[in-house]
Amino acid sequence: MLDTIRRLVDEQGRLAVAAEAIGDNADLYATGLTSFAAVQLMLALEETFDVEFPDRMLNRRSFSSIASIAGCLHELKEAA
Amino acid sequence: MNAPLDRGANVVATAARHADDVDRKGRFPIEAFQALKDARLLSLQIPIEFGGGGASLADVAELCTSLGQHCASTAMVFAMHQIKVSSLIAHGRGSAWHESFMRRVADEQLLLGSATTEGGVGGNMRNSICAFERDGATFRIAKEGALISYGAYSDAILVTARRSTDAPPSDQLMAVLEKSQYRLDRTGGWDALGMRGTCSEGFTFSGEAPVEQIFTHDFAEIASESMLATAHLLWSAVWYGVASDALSRAQSFVRKDARRHPNGPAPGALRLAEATAKLQLMRSNIVEGLKRFAKAQKNEDDLNSMSFAVAMNNIKIGSSQLSIEIINHALLIAGIAGYKNDTPFSVGRHMRDALSAQVMISNDRIFTNLSTMLLAQRIDQRLGD
Repeated sequence: MLDTIRRLVDEQGRLAVAAEAIGDNADLYATGLTSFAAVQLMLALEETFDVEFPDRMLNRRSFSSIASIAGCLHELKEAA
Repeated sequence: MNAPLDRGANVVATAARHADDVDRKGRFPIEAFQALKDARLLSLQIPIEFGGGGASLADVAELCTSLGQHCASTAMVFAMHQIKVSSLIAHGRGSAWHESFMRRVADEQLLLGSATTEGGVGGNMRNSICAFERDGATFRIAKEGALISYGAYSDAILVTARRSTDAPPSDQLMAVLEKSQYRLDRTGGWDALGMRGTCSEGFTFSGEAPVEQIFTHDFAEIASESMLATAHLLWSAVWYGVASDALSRAQSFVRKDARRHPNGPAPGALRLAEATAKLQLMRSNIVEGLKRFAKAQKNEDDLNSMSFAVAMNNIKIGSSQLSIEIINHALLIAGIAGYKNDTPFSVGRHMRDALSAQVMISNDRIFTNLSTMLLAQRIDQRLGD
């Protein structure tokens, strides 16, 4: 899952550095993630993992790191 | 009546007395700001423990509306100052320097300005080109092409920049610089259609200060947790004042007309009725927004949520559009008497001032941001919480 998230971060995140070089818990916003890119990333995650992010997960923290994205996906997959 | 408004009554009268001159000359409302300082209203929102008035945002908004009825420039400068104060309160707590600065704002009634835009970023305050260049215990900053409202009259300016010279444009911090720590080189004037007393001139801002004056919270947090809401709510409160005064003038016109022609309502009376529905919408929008913000302040996740951001942006869109519609109705009601600048029914200055609403943070930019957020955020189909 983490590899797939990294691939999508590379494709949608518009970051200054490759996702490979970003630690699981590193702050994505500090590497240049904008709120616009976060929405694009969310749409790609929804498409790839076949989930829908509910409103309660639509906050800055959910997309703040690769680990927090994985946490959201785990929670959504478990609920499914 | 509550206490801040009682103290504000004299200020409002002063602002009203000089409003035409401020507008005509495009000059800063010096008299109204002296009165605000004398009444200690610049620190209205600062907690009592730091020497301020400890008032709620709703009280600040009420004063913005009262001022807006008479001098929109005074009201808008007051609102913009209070937006900066709200960031200082929300994000300066726990930092010794910012806490002591908060106390000084109260003691010395300092006027806070804002340098969040910059040439080359296309008006997007969430991107910076300039950076905080740290050198030991101090930092330097140089921001070019910044539009700084009442910059020449500010006692301190809150300025944004990239975290460091190697940070991406969106990774921003904000710092407070005092007048003695910065230099402003004027690059553009402010001969504008309305809001002429805000003196929103272009400057190159350059300064140097100790690093402790940089907020420890990211600017992204400051922008979404305090600036977004307080800006849209207080601006809206100002525009509500402008629009409600225009409509009140139109109502005087209709009443005068009705006394002269007692046989049934004049066409203007129907327009007035229609416009009061718009005014009520505008008011509910702002009042509901103030409640929503007060609720979100108790829950950090809510404050950072997309639904909150959508709500606050929509308040700005709604009140900026409605204010112009309402003033246009006032103009239709009073006709030539409203169009002329020297009658009790004049709404020309109201209209010119209110037109700024759709361009101060362009509504089209907000629609663009909203359209992105609405790819994620669901439409709220409930009436209740």
